[in-house]
Amino acid sequence: MSATGTYNKLVPEPTPHSAPYWEGLNRRKLLLQKCCGCGRIRHYPQPMCPSCHSTEVEWVEASGRGVIHSWTITHHAFHPGVRDDLPYTLATVDLDEGVRMLAQLRAVPAEKLRIGLPVRVDYETVKDGLTLPYLVPGEPA
Amino acid sequence: MSLCEKGAITGVGETAYSRESGRSVLSLQLEASLKAIEDAGLKPTDIDGLIPYSTGVVAEDFITNLGLPDLRFSATTPLGGASCVAAVQCAIAAIAAGICNHVLIPVGRNGASQGRIGTRVQHMPQFRLVGEFEMPLGAIAPAQLYAPMARRHMELYGTTSRQLGEIAVSTRANAILNGNAVMTKPMSIEDHQASRMISDPFRLFDCSLESDGSCAIVVSGAERARDLRKPPVMVMGIAEGHPDSPSVITQRPDMTRLGIAKAAPRAFEMAGVKHDDIDVAEIYDCFTYIVMCQLEDLGFCKKGEGGPFVESGAIRLGGKLPVNTHGGLLSQAHMVGMNHIAELVRQLRGEAGKAQVRDAEIGLVTGYGDMGDGSVAIMRRG
Repeated sequence: MSATGTYNKLVPEPTPHSAPYWEGLNRRKLLLQKCCGCGRIRHYPQPMCPSCHSTEVEWVEASGRGVIHSWTITHHAFHPGVRDDLPYTLATVDLDEGVRMLAQLRAVPAEKLRIGLPVRVDYETVKDGLTLPYLVPGEPA
Repeated sequence: MSLCEKGAITGVGETAYSRESGRSVLSLQLEASLKAIEDAGLKPTDIDGLIPYSTGVVAEDFITNLGLPDLRFSATTPLGGASCVAAVQCAIAAIAAGICNHVLIPVGRNGASQGRIGTRVQHMPQFRLVGEFEMPLGAIAPAQLYAPMARRHMELYGTTSRQLGEIAVSTRANAILNGNAVMTKPMSIEDHQASRMISDPFRLFDCSLESDGSCAIVVSGAERARDLRKPPVMVMGIAEGHPDSPSVITQRPDMTRLGIAKAAPRAFEMAGVKHDDIDVAEIYDCFTYIVMCQLEDLGFCKKGEGGPFVESGAIRLGGKLPVNTHGGLLSQAHMVGMNHIAELVRQLRGEAGKAQVRDAEIGLVTGYGDMGDGSVAIMRRG
């Protein structure tokens, strides 16, 4: 799905450390930093490994699978760009790779939300050059 | 060397709190500063240290307007809402090192009439990672970023919205007694439950105010403090703590544990007191849940037991641990927690009016800042 017209939501400002993450999303891939020094996977992107202090990384593709760690359902528009989305669910997810992500969760009614609920990542191109992840119900592991 | 008993709060000053001051932030801060200096029995020219809040007004503004002849120390402590108590630690460290004698710590804002907090955070450096990776997905304001901490607590421990509501209701009851509170209408649990949902589980009445006004304090060395106008409020123990994954809550290993969990044991050990010794507590309350989580992290109850603890009436005036006797950020005004320090000083001086906790001798005050920084001070009547 591609949006047309004016996109009025907050947009990211990628840095040299995060550009591969955003470029990955544009190719519908969730990329995570993996430390070349010790192999630790980390998220969000940052310049240094807090375990071994290496600055060398490779980018690995995440499975896109995880389970819900927590959530909130937002009913108030803190920015004009989200007004038409209300209410929306923001889920914090434990990815299979051991790090977390946060994204909007779709197609899960409030009463079905619970810690441990399986979800998977999907992608939506919201404007030229910007693809965002969102979450949908996933298969149990 | 420990900072125990090395410094004291010697003066506090507050402007009227409102939703529209009609004045500049600097003007508000200068008024509160003069009141705090006067309360200490000092002259502006006695001030030789300054720790302004990390956004907006700077030390130079105070030198210029208060006519400070020889400012020897200035710093900022950018810990969001944990800044004020952290600034007290910074001030006492500077005093104990012999750099200066009397440190002015002002906070002030037009948080309601200009630059509301919910949107201002988008430009704060502490929010850089959130700004890049979460705000574009719709997680924009503190209410949304903190709500998952509360939701997880509810799911793990059975904490309820009514238990969060007890914190809002108790705090409102105290604000009504204060005389300088923005919110003065009585609130019931039913009122709390009927308030509109902002970001589940936070309802409107779980969220703090956005306010105009200023609050300032003076911190002095322990020896000099004894010769000033009012009995000094001695700082017995003080510490700051930073949580794991300090920039993003999403990546925090234990989402229900704040930075204050690291600071609290240090502060209690430095003070040499136990939890039962604390007569009154002013707990940073940007959201109801943040009060509950801090009560647990401080050790007043076990992790997960904050709900039953507040539901028992423990935090009410007359309860086991009266909390936010001034009305807090939830109902008095959002002054970044400096109003919590001012209230603790008044309690320990016996100046707290209708909200006075009888025979209050030892008290505790905390700060909480984005995304979970904590600070805590334990003080006693001097």
